[in-house]
Amino acid sequence: MKNPRIALAGGLAVAVILQSCSGWVDPYTTQVILFAAINVILAVSLNLVMGETGQFSLCHAAFMALGAYTSALLTGKALPFLLPHCSWTGTSVASQLWFLPVLIAAGVVAAIAGFIVGGPSLRLRGDYLAMVTLGFGEIIRVLLQNTDAVGGARGMEGILPATNLFWVVGAAALTLYTMISLVRSTYGRGFHAVRDDEIAAAAMGINTTRFKVTAFVIGAFFAGVAGALYAHAVEFISPEGFNFLRSFEIIVMVILGGLGRPVGVAIAAVLITLLNEWLRDLSQYRMVVYALIIILFMILRPTERLAPYLRRLIPGVKKRPTPHGKS
Amino acid sequence: MGNPEPPPLLEAKNCSLRFGGIAALTDVSLRINEGELVGLIGPNGAGKTSLFNILTGVYRPTEGEILFDGRSTAGMPPHRINTIGVARTFQNIRLFASLDVRMNVRTSFIARLRNGLVHTVRRGRLFRREEGEIHEEGTRLLAYFGLEQAASHPSRSLPYGDQRRLEIVRALATKPRLLLLDEPAAGMNPTEKEALKSLISRIRTEFGTAVLLVEHDMKVVMGICERIVVLDQGRVLCSGTPSEVRSDPKVIAAYLGESHPVARHREEAT
Repeated sequence: MKNPRIALAGGLAVAVILQSCSGWVDPYTTQVILFAAINVILAVSLNLVMGETGQFSLCHAAFMALGAYTSALLTGKALPFLLPHCSWTGTSVASQLWFLPVLIAAGVVAAIAGFIVGGPSLRLRGDYLAMVTLGFGEIIRVLLQNTDAVGGARGMEGILPATNLFWVVGAAALTLYTMISLVRSTYGRGFHAVRDDEIAAAAMGINTTRFKVTAFVIGAFFAGVAGALYAHAVEFISPEGFNFLRSFEIIVMVILGGLGRPVGVAIAAVLITLLNEWLRDLSQYRMVVYALIIILFMILRPTERLAPYLRRLIPGVKKRPTPHGKS
Repeated sequence: MGNPEPPPLLEAKNCSLRFGGIAALTDVSLRINEGELVGLIGPNGAGKTSLFNILTGVYRPTEGEILFDGRSTAGMPPHRINTIGVARTFQNIRLFASLDVRMNVRTSFIARLRNGLVHTVRRGRLFRREEGEIHEEGTRLLAYFGLEQAASHPSRSLPYGDQRRLEIVRALATKPRLLLLDEPAAGMNPTEKEALKSLISRIRTEFGTAVLLVEHDMKVVMGICERIVVLDQGRVLCSGTPSEVRSDPKVIAAYLGESHPVARHREEAT
């Protein structure tokens, strides 16, 4: 098996190139790329939980919210207090490296929340797990709504515009690399074993609870990073932006991309972001057309069909020997 | 002569399992020695699979205790019981449907991996070496049991007999000291059954694994087991060599019913 690190290096190179060309990209296109890459991170990280490990989670947006608020508090309150004389808006890559620890902190806070909610609730199955995660997502949202320190229902505004093409594309490449290399390994087959048959997995010595919690925590970490990127891209966050519908949108991306297919899921995330943009002009008919297209997507499943062809373009990713899900 | 009996590999002491008012197992005791091949038979509903489930930690015995290698397995979850050396197959085949044959075997190495999460994502030298070792060992096991041709096929596409064989290979790959086989011959044709018999004998000679075999097919059980335990209505009816068990009137009665002429004849004779 070739090393998928080559793919990672390629992704990071694209991130640097995109950033150095950012002067020629108009702000609207930049924004769309930012959203697309953030959605890729969200969808691919949820795919580890839903697609690879088979656990239904309805609180991905809550992890995203935790990351967004953590990072906004850090850059808005903590950093100016600690380092009052620094300038935070340089253009070169080097002068922006301070953003990296903020992203990691956002991810870690979300991961800790993932551990706290996942530890006890992942012993549940199917519908029950969905209920617990739905409840958790609402709790986070309501808590944020009623905490005046983070602006309550008004949210937080004036967040530093620190997110740029380098950070989002780099983070998306890193997320994809982590997920693909994790799953394409003996260790990663544990997630699939848990998804396929928990009783058999346990009989083979696999600690099923530990694998489920691991998937949940890693998924939450990347959702937190995506939240931080989102907050510093739109410069304004409010609890309503991370409600149940947001979680659901990510789930739609994962399902359309084909559960357990990271590349397909990433493509679906980009397509849905673009779809959202194209349908903006339709005003009140937007959701009608959106839903229709989703249904058509479900029937025709273009991303699932495209994935094998695109996989060939990525070096280091081995061709899947058997189509997944056929039994 | 004066040699003390070797300590058993597995000992179940007076185990009972009750679901509410229903007693699945009552006061069952069982000893399996290192490297021994023991058959477990009994009519439908006798509690054979229940016994398997308490031995592998799927259920906890309501009463009694189970010692593996002198150590109590009370409170151990199933995956822990596997790592101390007990592997099993299932009556209704439980392969990982989305994984191919090779990957099904590979899952057995996960519990013993030296590489954790971080090494796996980093893909360093240590990771690549261990992946290579696992690949080789998996290939060797598949080749030994004649499944190497099918290594990259989806596991569920295999013929029925091969699926059962793959389940045995997957269980063996966890390097157990005791292998529990739950009706491995079910649904096999006579040729496959013969192959299974030689496979089980090979497991014992080559791997030194003790085997507890649940089976309805008397030809298979009588043919290869050195000791047979008969369960009926959750109790141990009798145990002994195949010929002892075969001529035991209680066994005949349990299988054929009390009033059966053979059973009555045997009872009168004794």
